[in-house]
Amino acid sequence: MNEALLRNLIPAVTGVLVRRGAEFSAAEDAVQEALVEAVRGWPREPPRDPKGWLIAVAWRKFLDAARADASRRRREELVEAEPTPGQASSVDDELQLYFLCAHPSLTPASAVALTLRAVGGLTTRQIAEALLVPEATMAQRIARAKATLRGVRFDQPGDVRTVLRVLYLVFNEGYSGDVDLSAEAIRLARQLAAMTDHEEALGLLALMLLHHARRAARLTAAGQLVALAEQDRDLWDPALITEGVAILQAALARDRLGEFQAQAAIAALHADAPVAAETDWVQIVEWYDELVRLTGSPVAQLNRAVAVGEADGARLGLAALAELSPDLPRYAAVAAYLHERDGDRARAARLYAEAAGAAGNVPERDHLMREAARLNAELRS
Amino acid sequence: MAKFLLLKHYRGAPAAVNDIAMEHWTPDEVTAHIQFMRDFAERLRGTGEYVDGQALAPGGLWVRYDGEGKPPVTDGPFAETKDLIAGWMVIDVEDQARAIELAGELSAAPGAGGRPIHEWLEVRPFYGEQATATE
Repeated sequence: MNEALLRNLIPAVTGVLVRRGAEFSAAEDAVQEALVEAVRGWPREPPRDPKGWLIAVAWRKFLDAARADASRRRREELVEAEPTPGQASSVDDELQLYFLCAHPSLTPASAVALTLRAVGGLTTRQIAEALLVPEATMAQRIARAKATLRGVRFDQPGDVRTVLRVLYLVFNEGYSGDVDLSAEAIRLARQLAAMTDHEEALGLLALMLLHHARRAARLTAAGQLVALAEQDRDLWDPALITEGVAILQAALARDRLGEFQAQAAIAALHADAPVAAETDWVQIVEWYDELVRLTGSPVAQLNRAVAVGEADGARLGLAALAELSPDLPRYAAVAAYLHERDGDRARAARLYAEAAGAAGNVPERDHLMREAARLNAELRS
Repeated sequence: MAKFLLLKHYRGAPAAVNDIAMEHWTPDEVTAHIQFMRDFAERLRGTGEYVDGQALAPGGLWVRYDGEGKPPVTDGPFAETKDLIAGWMVIDVEDQARAIELAGELSAAPGAGGRPIHEWLEVRPFYGEQATATE
């Protein structure tokens, strides 16, 4: 049985149940139970209409549960409300589920967990492993997220941007456990882009594809981080780059720029350079200007300082950096990089060691420590 | 089986024999050290003795309750002299002798010049479970 196909159907099926009047939490449970039956029964007896089958079984599971614990009156209302079985869902039902799982009343961590479960169709155990928390903790996080959504109306139009932000968080969780969250985020972004045709959904999908294309080059076999300029570009996936660039161009053609399109444009310019030395830094600076204008994000400003250093020389990069707060994450790392380009290796070495202490993850810390060690070794010789 | 915590310190442990800050090693020595640590954990997974391990960032602070309706009091980031834990590994082994043997191997991780660091590691026993069948 094709697990990906099965999981693609989940949001639509849950959406139909909620549209029919099931509480989201109960609908989601019922769909999970239907999936268990599908996994058990389909290899022997594959249904002609998998989606219709899932809707019918999930609805029956939901009614069974409602019979078990709801009042008699409530039950009769529900049975009366039951529409003809096998009725197909509209795209709207599916989309509403994306909105619901990214609802602004949820914390980002809850929205990520709920999206992975209710939209992505992952099991609680898979999500727990991927996010490195105990399964019981994740079960509780999901239960609380569902409780938060109790009473939220399902038919209110949502904001695509809230969903995009959640999918971007999922993408950046990367890979641990047996589920590849980056690939999962791409799958969901693809579905979202197809349903909404929103230019920023296309922008995010393009951004993810362009970053995913570099994955094989980003770490050595021993797990060491490889800086963009040092990556073996033959390891970049040309098919993903081609697809990402095409999607980005389609989005940009609509002339409604947003932050994900701007970020994807920067990624595309990196992808376009056959060797790091041929990178079009002047255009990259222009895109960072757009990104800063759109978001005001200090992180974008920090990255802009690096790009300015490449385009206009380290001195101007340092001047751009001087306008930012030294408390920003990665500030010391950027300062170290620019000071080395400016020829001050002793200062760069000290800053790299400081940056290693402030790193947000172990591969980054190890990489910065190696940079400090490299400079100190150069200074000794 | 008995569980032990192996604690590695940034500061606060007695000085190691080969006590040179990592940024003054060569890049290859840094790489060799990291690989040694990975291989060590991998080997304990293989022997069925590994439970958990985490590295801690050097930043941090003290926090305590300051009374009803008040925000907690904080002290830090830590002063230079503080005892500062760098990371831990939890192992589940036959006895204390095995825990000491493994900590000794971990302390031999290569450092500057490719020579063992001879770093002092703290080995702490967990309280055990109460036996189900007691006399």
